[in-house]
Amino acid sequence: MEAITTLIIAKYNYWAVILLIVIGLYAMIAKKNLVKKIIGMNIFQTAIILFYVSIGAKRGATLPIIVHAHGDAAHAIHAADYINPLPHVLMLTAIVVSVATLGVALALAMKIYFHYGTLEEDEIQKKIMDREPDKVATSGEHL
Amino acid sequence: METLIDIVLLGFLVLTALAVAKMHDLFAVVMLSGIYSLLSASLFLDLDAVDVAFTEASVGAGISTLLMLASLKLVGRFEKRTRYRPMLALGVVLATGTLLIYGTLDMPHFGSAEAPVHQHVAPRYLNDSMEEVGVPNVVTSVLASYRGYDTLGETLVVFTAAIGVISLLRVSRRTKEEEKQKTPADMQQQIILRVVVKWLLPLILIFALYVQFHGDYGPGGGFQAGVIFAAGIILYTMLFGLNNASRVFQPEHLERIAALGVLLYAGVGIGCMVLGGNFLDYNGLSHDPVHGQHLGILLVELGVGLTVASVMITIFFKFTWRTVKHKYVKKR
Repeated sequence: MEAITTLIIAKYNYWAVILLIVIGLYAMIAKKNLVKKIIGMNIFQTAIILFYVSIGAKRGATLPIIVHAHGDAAHAIHAADYINPLPHVLMLTAIVVSVATLGVALALAMKIYFHYGTLEEDEIQKKIMDREPDKVATSGEHL
Repeated sequence: METLIDIVLLGFLVLTALAVAKMHDLFAVVMLSGIYSLLSASLFLDLDAVDVAFTEASVGAGISTLLMLASLKLVGRFEKRTRYRPMLALGVVLATGTLLIYGTLDMPHFGSAEAPVHQHVAPRYLNDSMEEVGVPNVVTSVLASYRGYDTLGETLVVFTAAIGVISLLRVSRRTKEEEKQKTPADMQQQIILRVVVKWLLPLILIFALYVQFHGDYGPGGGFQAGVIFAAGIILYTMLFGLNNASRVFQPEHLERIAALGVLLYAGVGIGCMVLGGNFLDYNGLSHDPVHGQHLGILLVELGVGLTVASVMITIFFKFTWRTVKHKYVKKR
C-alpha cells in the first residue's frame, strides 16, 4: 500500500499530463470539425509544455532568478537552490511559436471553409469526391 | 500546500479539457480553451516557471483565444453532431495513453533533485551564468546567450508563420476602400469601454516596454513584451476600428518591422563574427565580456520583441480584414 502511495506522489503530475495528451489526441483524431481538431492540438501542445515544466521542477528549490546577484550582499550560488531553467527556456519559445502556428492553422481552416463551405471533415471529403471522382478513383485513396 | 494547489489545478485542467472535447458549441469551446490556458499558466506559476507562466497567460489566454474567436465569426459557431461512435480512435488513444503511463514508471520521481535533467548543463548555467553573462534571470541568459542560436530559429519560425498568414489571407484594395468610407465603427456605442481603453492603452504599452527591458532582472523578455504590446494594439483595434489602427500601424511597415527584428538578431550574430568571435558570442562586443553580453542580450531581445509584436499584430489584422471582406462579399 505504501509503495502505491509513493508511486502516486512521485508520478501524479506526469499522469495528469498524459491524461491531457490523451484527451487532446482524441479530439484531434475523432472529432470531424477542423476547428475542434485545432483546439485539440492546442490542448496536446499545452500538455507537452506542462510535461517539460514538470521535468524541470526540483523540490526545495526556487525560481531560476539569482537572488542577491549584485552588490555587497552577493554570495556563492548553489545550483541545488534553483530549479532547472533549461526546460523553461525551451517551452517559453514554444508557446509563442504555438500561437503563430495556430494563426496559420486557422487561416488554412478559413481557406478550406471558403472553398468547400464547411469545416466538417466527412463533408469536405464527400465534396472532393463529387468534384473530382476520376482522380480519386485512379489514385485509389481518399484525399 | 504547493502540492495541493498543484493537484487542484491539474484536476481543473483535465475537467476543462474534457468539456472542450465534449461540447458542440464552438464558442463555448473557445472560451473554455481560454480558461484552460489561464489554468495552465497558474500551474506553471505553481511549478516556479515564472517566465513560462507569463508567456502562457499573455499568449494562450489572450491572443490565441482572440484568433479563434475571429475565425469562428467566419466559419460558424456550431459543430455538426454526429452519431458515429469512434471506437477505433478511442482504442488508439487509450493504447497510447497506456504506453505513455508505462513509460513514466522508469522516469525519475517528480521534483527529485537527482534526476538526469538536473545533472548535465543545468548546474553550469546556474553556477556560472552570473560570472559569464551577468544577468540574474538565468532563463534570459540561457534564452538569449547560451542558446541564442536556438532562439534565432524560433524567431524565424514566428516570422515564417506571419508570411504564411499573409499569403493565405489576402484582402483586395476594394474591400479596404469600402471599409474606409464607412464612418461609424461597430463599437461606437461602447462608450465605457472606449474611455477605459483610452486610459489603459498607454499603461499597457509602458508595461510591455518594462517587460522588454527588465527581462534581464525579472521574469520577462522579448517574447512576452512583444505579445503584450500586440495585445494593447489589438485592444485598440477592436474598439476603434481597423481604419484608425492601420493608420498608425500600416501593414507594409509592420511586415518590414517583423523582418527588421530577425535581421537585428542575425545581424548581432554577424557583428560578433566581424569582431572576431563566434556567431552570437557576445563577449567580443565590448572591452569587458560581461558588458558585451549585456549589450548583445539587449539587442537580441529587442529584435525578438519587434518581430513578435509585429507578427502578432499582422496576424490579427489579417484575420480581421478577412471578416470585413466577408461582410462585403456577402453584400455584393
